[in-house]
Amino acid sequence: MWDFLGDQYEQILFSSWQHFSLVVQCLILATVIAVVLAALVYRNSAFTGIANSVSAIGLTIPSFAFIGLLIAPLGFGVVPAVIVVAFFATLPILRNAVVGLSGIAPSIVESARGIGMSRFRTLLQVELPMAWPIILTGIRVSAQMVMGIAAVAAYSLGPGLGGFIFSGLSRLGGANSLESVLTGVIGVVVLALILDLLLVGLGRLTTPRGIRV
Amino acid sequence: MSELIASNPAESTATDGSTGITGASILLDHVTKRFPGQARPAVDGLTMEIPAGKIVMFVGPSGCGKTTTLKMINRLIEPTEGRIVVDGEDVTEMNGDALRRGIGYVIQAGGLFPHMTVATNIGIVPKMLGWDKARIAARVDELLELVSLDPALYRDRYPKELSGGQQQRVGVARALAADPPILLMDEPFGAVDPITRLRLQDELINIQEELQKTIVCVTHDFDEAVKLGDWIAIFNEGAQLEQYDTPERILGDPANEFVENFIGSGAGLKQLTLTRVADVALSDAITGRPGERAADVLARIVEAGHGHAVIVDERHRPIQWLSRRKLGRLEVVSQVPDPKLPVVGIRSTLNDALDTMLVSSAGAALVTGRRDMFKGVIDVKTVMDAITRSQSAAVLESDQAPVGLNTGLFQAQAAAAEAAPGESAPGEAAPGESASSTADARAAQ
Repeated sequence: MWDFLGDQYEQILFSSWQHFSLVVQCLILATVIAVVLAALVYRNSAFTGIANSVSAIGLTIPSFAFIGLLIAPLGFGVVPAVIVVAFFATLPILRNAVVGLSGIAPSIVESARGIGMSRFRTLLQVELPMAWPIILTGIRVSAQMVMGIAAVAAYSLGPGLGGFIFSGLSRLGGANSLESVLTGVIGVVVLALILDLLLVGLGRLTTPRGIRV
Repeated sequence: MSELIASNPAESTATDGSTGITGASILLDHVTKRFPGQARPAVDGLTMEIPAGKIVMFVGPSGCGKTTTLKMINRLIEPTEGRIVVDGEDVTEMNGDALRRGIGYVIQAGGLFPHMTVATNIGIVPKMLGWDKARIAARVDELLELVSLDPALYRDRYPKELSGGQQQRVGVARALAADPPILLMDEPFGAVDPITRLRLQDELINIQEELQKTIVCVTHDFDEAVKLGDWIAIFNEGAQLEQYDTPERILGDPANEFVENFIGSGAGLKQLTLTRVADVALSDAITGRPGERAADVLARIVEAGHGHAVIVDERHRPIQWLSRRKLGRLEVVSQVPDPKLPVVGIRSTLNDALDTMLVSSAGAALVTGRRDMFKGVIDVKTVMDAITRSQSAAVLESDQAPVGLNTGLFQAQAAAAEAAPGESAPGEAAPGESASSTADARAAQ
């Protein structure tokens, strides 16, 4: 095991970084998409219902099948990996953003409008900041989930630690195959922990004292 | 109270520098609001004048459309028909957000933004209006002082670190931040305990004395309306104005049974909160001093025909109140203060004075002025006279009431009168024409 780690040291670090970077970038993209979608739907109960159903049903799609389906039209490479990871990352964030935005007391929104804030300004300065802790919780859930999904996405020859897992599994029993799989799995777990810590720190920095629980 | 009514005819403008009024007049002109899916309009053809610099209270049962009416003034709810005119300018078509930035708005519990500090909350409207930071900071401190909160202590707190009453104060400060001529309040003191509510009401009266804004305030508490309002508008369902008048006149001369029921029992007692002890004539009393011979004091009150003597200390503060019988039994007047002495301050309301009298069972109370100095005696008869006087005065004061009527109702009545031949049909008063048309309108009703 240690020999393997020693030999592949640079490759592991590089892949870890790629993996981490893929997840973080997809999370940012997913957050933007989810918040925009949530902002579009949260004031309409029918749309809110649809959004919640989509995020619930979407999570039941097996990620491996999804990426397999995407390879046919898009080919191998980074693009299908990004799509799959961003798609799954969006779902929990969307759900939390809708819950967070619709959970704000109507009186707060009314007082914002009443002192002359426009609809958009109210969303930007009052509703989103107040919903932010809940949205961030969604981001943390997403981050944990898509760390694993990003590994699966390596099936399409995308970047990341998934490569170690797939190459190990494909020649199971051969030299260093188990080490390769373990490296991939443990690497993903470690990365997930690191990212979660970073997100907790981000929450600390970005949540005003007035709405900290 | 009477000079309040006399000072400002309904048509006066906000720029009237001589009276110090900074408020603007508001006119609701044939305003109707229909909500989709509801058979009856929430507000039906309401025409109403709100004079500059006055506090107008909207009261009525829940669901009567008073809040809808309030929210149409700043167009949080857009009127279906009719015009809103602020200070002579039709604001029905202007940008709603810009309009609202110029009108203070306070809701229950303040409606503060929990993720912003007190200072940010208060400074939010000035910031939208593009004030620079230094000016906003100075304004925030000024306003916190105005609402009796120490800026150094409260500026950087978050709303959840404040009590309910403090949040409400910050809410008022935020509404006043950009010095708007109009303040709209929607059940502002509904969420605080009764003692805090009384203090906030007193503070609002003080602030209003200083600023003279036009304040429109919705409440379900009739006593609050009597206490705060220069004018009270009593609404029935569909925002039908049942009576729009001074508190004195509504209490003394309710327009109809609905208003009577709404006032509830004890209209006379409620009137007592309108008058302060300082406003009524106090009776004199014979005073004595500790150490005097009781017989001398007794001789003085017998001569004056009084039943009691008030014993005051060297700083003229009352310490005892002795009857003829007690004086007859005493040798020398002692200097021990009587802890159960019925004393009221000269700034108390007659209501408080009556309370004190009833508790003391003396049928009268001693009135003290500044530094607790003895001023005179107030008795039940004085209070009764005050009630009678304000009732008869209320009937007389009718000229300068602002216009307020429902055209829907009015036209229906006019049509009914025309349909019945022999009865003289009331002339349809043009709403908003002038204050004097109110008398016609009332006569027609």
